[in-house]
Amino acid sequence: MNAVQKADPTSRNPKKEKNIFLRDVARNKGLYLMLIPVVGYFVLFHYVPMYGAQIAFRDYSPLKGIWGSPWVGLKYFKEFFGSYYFARLLRNTVLINFYDILFGFPAPVIMAILMNELKGKYFKRTVQTITYLPHFISLVVICGLLTDFLASDGVINDIAALFGGARTSFLLEPGAFRTIYIGSEIWQSIGWNSIIYLAALTNISAELYEAARIDGASRLREMWSITLPGITPTIVIMLIMRVGKIMNVGAEKIILLYNPSTYETADVISSFVYRKGILEASFSYTTAIGLFNSVISFVLVIAVNKICNKLTDSSLW
Amino acid sequence: MKIKRKPQDAVFDFCNVAFMTVMMVVTLYPMLHVLFASVSDANALQQHRGLLFAPTGFSLAAYGKVFENPMIPVGYANTLIYLFFGTLINVVLTTLGAYALSRPSLMLGKYIMFGIVFTMLFSGGMIPTYLLIRDLHMINSRLALMIPNAISAWNLVIMRTAFRGVPPSMEESAKIDGANDFTILLRIFVPLSLPVLSVIVLFYGVSHWNSWFNAMLYIRQRTLYPIQLVLREILLISTADMTTSVNTGDDKANIGETIKYATVAVATLPILFVYPFLQKYFVKGIMVGAIKE
Repeated sequence: MNAVQKADPTSRNPKKEKNIFLRDVARNKGLYLMLIPVVGYFVLFHYVPMYGAQIAFRDYSPLKGIWGSPWVGLKYFKEFFGSYYFARLLRNTVLINFYDILFGFPAPVIMAILMNELKGKYFKRTVQTITYLPHFISLVVICGLLTDFLASDGVINDIAALFGGARTSFLLEPGAFRTIYIGSEIWQSIGWNSIIYLAALTNISAELYEAARIDGASRLREMWSITLPGITPTIVIMLIMRVGKIMNVGAEKIILLYNPSTYETADVISSFVYRKGILEASFSYTTAIGLFNSVISFVLVIAVNKICNKLTDSSLW
Repeated sequence: MKIKRKPQDAVFDFCNVAFMTVMMVVTLYPMLHVLFASVSDANALQQHRGLLFAPTGFSLAAYGKVFENPMIPVGYANTLIYLFFGTLINVVLTTLGAYALSRPSLMLGKYIMFGIVFTMLFSGGMIPTYLLIRDLHMINSRLALMIPNAISAWNLVIMRTAFRGVPPSMEESAKIDGANDFTILLRIFVPLSLPVLSVIVLFYGVSHWNSWFNAMLYIRQRTLYPIQLVLREILLISTADMTTSVNTGDDKANIGETIKYATVAVATLPILFVYPFLQKYFVKGIMVGAIKE
């Protein structure tokens, strides 16, 4: 894109700029016509809500609408920061993500590296087909099955009882929630998320492996010294994207799995926003919480990208 | 060139294959468990403890009961509507946007692209979006499940990357022949990008099939429920209600559990059957998306 612009002999003459733009529209009529519904969509469903987020600073009432509701400044932010929930929600949101990055993030990387070492072509393909499968099972079904298997009369407890363990309703245990959440997350996505690393692996030159073999490197040594460095740029990019989402636990899975007895460890910002906002109609309060969340995430992506840019050659932009 | 392998490499290979086998078993077992349980005899299943390696007894009664529940066909039909029209809207708009934004000659192109990519990084949040949908009178409207997610910025980026790969000479010769942008898109770019386009169709299709959260937010009327929301009621909200409404009497209460499994099977099997045939497209889609610009 840059090359084209440089080749374009348009000088920065302010008088001409408007003309150039009009000429561009005239020349690309068809293209701009195509963009009308697209731009319209993004403006209406993405930018209007950003604008509407100002109700975080107003006392929104449905009767008065966004414009008629009085300004209240930071009232709702203060209310949130001062509330009992703030620490709990922040802790849960960050911890679930932290453990997911700690355990869930490396899992597909390891999976891809190990898959890459498989010799049999058909065996490898079978492993891929099967481990990709859970990605296509809907979240509702997965959570339904988790509820069923983890119930006090479920399969897991049956096995535990066989070995003399006591039966527990795992989904009612606040201490088990994160393990269940992250464990099932890994089960569902380890195969699917490995695809991107497998793709990156195909770019590693075979000569490197041959040279290593001649030097007498073991397989583990090859994985450590060739395969892993070969996919490091991809890992870094995926990590940036993952860390950027550290404040965004999807409300969906939490809402399907939690219940009042596990709120202690399970309730995150998005599920709280759903409960208080949609179910209890505290619109301004929850918009403030959501805005706080969005801003932190946004700053995080930018910051992480900057840091990675400094430390390695890889970055998102 | 044959190079002598070390003995520890043989050990590694063995362990690796063993590990992968365990992974496959762990992945497949829950699905098999559901399948076995769904065709088991309800009373025998109730007695059974622990893992299932085959159906206990055999009965298809649960499947009969699944279809007796009027919400299942309703949910299925609704999902098909959302899936078909939703994906159609998705694909048309994504293609139009991706094509226009892939043309380097467009002056505003890069600003619009920035505006679109920005929406991936920042959003107004759940509540302002909900209020907007409400103000647009889309609550309890099928449109609420097809319009507010009409374009995924990510898919647009993938499609745009694919269009960028089309050799410019093809476009130039068509322009000389007097073709307009719409003709060029339909006759040249779409046919040349069919593999990526099919991936986009699949991504959108799967997301419509699995989606329930927006329906929970925006749809209150049960006759408009997609299948996933129906499933949620059956699997997660009130198991007791389900069993008592389908059958009364203690003896039959056991069937509730098998009905659950049968429902899961009915709702999951279609996509799992289609999946192996489409796998290579999905994988290709991920790889296209991975190309960094």
